[in-house]
Amino acid sequence: MDPIIANFIEENIVPKFNYWIYVILMMIGLYAMITKNNLIKKLIGMAIFQTAIILFYVSIGVKEDGGIPIISHHGPDHHQETEAHSEAGSENLKHNIIDKDKYANPLPHVLMLTAIVVGVSTLGLALAISQRIHKSFGTLEEDEILNKLRPGGHD
Amino acid sequence: MIWQFDIIILIFLVVAAIVSLRLKDLLGASMVFGIYSFLICLLWAEMGAVDVAFTEAAVGAGVSTVIMIATIFSTTRRSKD
Repeated sequence: MDPIIANFIEENIVPKFNYWIYVILMMIGLYAMITKNNLIKKLIGMAIFQTAIILFYVSIGVKEDGGIPIISHHGPDHHQETEAHSEAGSENLKHNIIDKDKYANPLPHVLMLTAIVVGVSTLGLALAISQRIHKSFGTLEEDEILNKLRPGGHD
Repeated sequence: MIWQFDIIILIFLVVAAIVSLRLKDLLGASMVFGIYSFLICLLWAEMGAVDVAFTEAAVGAGVSTVIMIATIFSTTRRSKD
């Protein structure tokens, strides 16, 4: 292989693979929303677009060897003070220095939790509207709906 | 973060997205979209976002697949593209 291409793959594609897939999924969703003719297919494209954005935000918070962001009370930081357990919990936390490199950043996770719920409510509303469209037009294809809406069209 | 899992799940994710948009049967498309949601749930559990992962498993893969199937059965199953 050409060394320039190999160098590009090694430096840009392998360590940032999450971001490349994020761009690809976003483009798949955008393509489906623009070019698909069926309304349900457009909604699947919209859901893929939303999950691609959530993938980008969650990928920001990932650390190299970071675990889940839950502080364990019996973790490796606490083994030296077994007698200190009788103290209050706030006192206990004050004396322990939490190594933040061991935990993934939880802020983007909390933000994206809201985005998932908003996304599913958007999908539910859009599916309800497409049921009403099917009730009044008898089809879910966009070109047939536009044909019936046109003044010269039948219906 | 386990990078082998990461790469395998991301590749399956793109394949599931393309397949769910290529299928002409809308019921099959929504089932493949449920597979896509479970794959992205696995990806989030692997990236350390466990709260996002179980919300996605309950809400994204469960509720949205169910309402999509309900819509398909009350409208039509065929699609032209």
